[in-house]
Amino acid sequence: MTDMFRDKVDIELTVNGEPVEARVPAGQHLVDFLRAELGLTGAHASCEHGVCGACTIRVDGAAVRGCLMLAAQADGAEVWTLEGLSDSAAIADLQDAFVARNALQCGFCTPGMLVAAEELLSGGSVPSRAEIREHMSGNYCRCTGYEAIVDAVEEVAQARAGKGAA
Amino acid sequence: MTIQFGNPDRPNSYIGKTVPRPNARKLVEGRGQYVDDITLPRMVHVAFVRSPFAHARITGIDADAARGVKGVLRIFTGADLAEVCTPWVAVLAHLKGLKSPPEHPLAVDRALWVGEPVVAVVATTRAAAEEGAALVDVDYDPLPAVTDTMTSLDADTPVMHPDLGDNLAFRRLHEQGDVEAAMAGAHKVVRASFRTARHTGVTLEPRSILVDWNKAEGQMTAWHATQAPHMMQTVFAKHLDIPESRVRVICGDVGGSYGIKVHVYPDEVATAAIAKIMGRPVKFIADRLESFTTDIHARDHEIEAAIAVDAEGKILAIDVDDWTGIGPYSVYPRTSAIEGNQVVNLCGGPYDFANYRARTSVVFQNKTPTCQYRAVGHPIAVAITEGLVDMAAAAIGMDPVEIRRRNMFADDAYPVTSPAMMKFEGLSHHASMDKLMELMDYDALRADQAEARKRGKYRGIGIASFIELTNPSPFMYGIGGARISAQDGCTVRMDPDGSVVALSGVTEQGQGTEAMLSQVVAEGVGVEPAKVRVITGDTQVTPYGGGTWASRGAGIGGEAALQAARALRGSILEVAGAMLQADPSSLDIRDGQVVDTDTGEERMPLEELGRIVYFRGDTLPKELPRELVQTRHFITMDYPFAFTNGVQASYLEVDTDTGVVTLLKHWCVEDCGRVINPQLVDEQIRGGIVQGLGGALYEEIHYDEDGQLLNGSMADYLVPMAAEMPDMIIGHVETPTGESELGAKGAGEAGTAGAPAAVMNAINDALRPLSGQVTEMPFTPERILRALGKIED
Repeated sequence: MTDMFRDKVDIELTVNGEPVEARVPAGQHLVDFLRAELGLTGAHASCEHGVCGACTIRVDGAAVRGCLMLAAQADGAEVWTLEGLSDSAAIADLQDAFVARNALQCGFCTPGMLVAAEELLSGGSVPSRAEIREHMSGNYCRCTGYEAIVDAVEEVAQARAGKGAA
Repeated sequence: MTIQFGNPDRPNSYIGKTVPRPNARKLVEGRGQYVDDITLPRMVHVAFVRSPFAHARITGIDADAARGVKGVLRIFTGADLAEVCTPWVAVLAHLKGLKSPPEHPLAVDRALWVGEPVVAVVATTRAAAEEGAALVDVDYDPLPAVTDTMTSLDADTPVMHPDLGDNLAFRRLHEQGDVEAAMAGAHKVVRASFRTARHTGVTLEPRSILVDWNKAEGQMTAWHATQAPHMMQTVFAKHLDIPESRVRVICGDVGGSYGIKVHVYPDEVATAAIAKIMGRPVKFIADRLESFTTDIHARDHEIEAAIAVDAEGKILAIDVDDWTGIGPYSVYPRTSAIEGNQVVNLCGGPYDFANYRARTSVVFQNKTPTCQYRAVGHPIAVAITEGLVDMAAAAIGMDPVEIRRRNMFADDAYPVTSPAMMKFEGLSHHASMDKLMELMDYDALRADQAEARKRGKYRGIGIASFIELTNPSPFMYGIGGARISAQDGCTVRMDPDGSVVALSGVTEQGQGTEAMLSQVVAEGVGVEPAKVRVITGDTQVTPYGGGTWASRGAGIGGEAALQAARALRGSILEVAGAMLQADPSSLDIRDGQVVDTDTGEERMPLEELGRIVYFRGDTLPKELPRELVQTRHFITMDYPFAFTNGVQASYLEVDTDTGVVTLLKHWCVEDCGRVINPQLVDEQIRGGIVQGLGGALYEEIHYDEDGQLLNGSMADYLVPMAAEMPDMIIGHVETPTGESELGAKGAGEAGTAGAPAAVMNAINDALRPLSGQVTEMPFTPERILRALGKIED
């Protein structure tokens, strides 16, 4: 490690709709900042190199890997974690569907899965099962075998489309 | 009064129904609490310096530079921790001849695999601990590494543990009948080599532990991502010299286990030892590279096998020679001999035949230790057995389903003892096969396969019957001397508001244990599942038990919960009888109301009964028992294990130009006895299947000949992701065990047990017209192209 990583950076951002100001180590990842500094433990660190998707959060509207982004890079950003998306009820239908379909077992992948699924569904179209599988294939789940997750996402996509048409 | 399981309209009929998991909602809202989510006052973090060599003498440790890192507090070597922590030796008396050297929490003098912890660096932040660890300078004198299983016993291979004499950890030979004679007289004998790759569990939550030693209270508390809290309580107490009663292990939410988190890991024991030395909370969370190099590995087997059949396809003999390399130590306390032992116990499992010979040789290697991982030994035994059966069918020109029907134990044959001397109480191979044929429409699929072949597409159908070992008795570990409970307990109490609390010794790893317990208790007492709060995973709170392993939660923990719930129901009705001046046997509890059994008339809500018992006990007769808390334990006695059975099928397409396999669909019919929650069982099966599919197609830990692990990241070790996985059709046959009122057997490992064999047989079915055959997992494009002769170098 070099001294560079001990350098501190001042950042201002909004997290789950609330303003946050902090002085962060330049080398601190966004997911570690959210978890350790803000106590937002919904996003999980797992592979820590962008493959498993457990740390997926929403930054400026896009699903991003919290382990591949530095906290310092979030200066000025609008960040949403599962805690905020739950409080705002923005993805309540997805959460209900995950529970009803048992689309989670240990739950460690679930926060990332939900953010990734919401990104897909926010496009407004009704994706095919193959498209759902493709979109979710950056999020690793060892428990479910994925089928229940695909079922839940598909059901919500169809329900939202039905509501839009009505 | 017994539960009328056959009547779906009975009161409180929650057993057998899909009810929601009480703990799912918090997980979808990001409100779970995994170990790394916990922060304690004065908490510090530990990072480990790990051996970069597979085998090396440690000649010096210089930690001066690390001490200079801001935030680094203490640095510990193997010698330091050996002063407070005794080493362990992972042998069990019933695994005759098993040997293993003493293992310390940090390597002392010698490192024996790449990743073995050597030095521990403790700091105020994890970043500082990691920075300090990077600056520790360890001098190593590299020694020759033993890395090849099949040559490990050769005279010119170095002996890793000179005190043990040779590199053989364990060997078992089982012989039944006369294999040689049966082979000699057989119509056909088919021989094959099989290989299953080294896997690891890749739990999404890495191994995690946070340990505090409160010197003032003389109490150790470990928040631990574990499957077996009571086992860990014993381990910490024994090796850190603390009374067992002063160790508390708390297991909250766990981010996936699959067997990975049921073992004793040196870095976790080191964390506890450091907490005891420093008198403050110490947290260790493995990073992903540490997960690959130090989580137990499994399934690294090489097998030579043969099957003999007569002209009608009857199996005359099966002969298996199994070899596995386990790493430098047998893993504590379950040992690393179990997997090979299971291969011997399980090969040929579904079939009624007379002559069986199986030998397993378990050898030491300078690689990550291997141990029990989901479906221990089953995927290997099923691949051997079902691979051989398919090859025999092809050799005599018989349909693979037909040859199985001719050999499977008849559904009315039970109880029977298998050629491996396994006792089967009741299985349903034929009924399961019938159901599979119906679900997959076998004939239509064969027609589709033939039609595809006309278009130049190579599709294959693979069938794999299997047995699964569940509900273990003390015959699994206890008889060998391990303090691992096969018994489990449940305490059920009614609180003043009429709600029920159930405390159980089995644990929740995401499989739905708490949902299962809530519905069993709900039915047993007579309340809605939502009125039952389930508490698991705290050794200071729950009854003593074994936790989660060998598919025992529902069968053992569920029965204890049912009996405790029924006992509480009896206690409640005794009080109700006194209050209502009625015979308790004329009363029932339905949906939280005491009712007349015959008429269903509501007599009193449970919250009123609770109010009287807890706050106006003075109004009840003095001699009336009012114990609204009951505990029951359950252990299986009649059979060492409750075997289940099932059959899987895979339909897939092989691209013969690229070698890529596309999974089109997968089926599984299984019989886990009484199904308590259909959705949860189906999802256990599906998740298990995909774990097996990973082993069949993708997962393989690679080492070079020096024992360097080559693919220690999720970018390099491939796991199943959503895009490649098929939809799966699940069906059930129910043959309840008679050992319990509940009748449940385990379901957690069936999917993993059979899926690899089904895929192997499907690929070989697809390749048979091209005379290609694969038996070495995973079935990568390269291996398939080699089997087709398209790669030859």
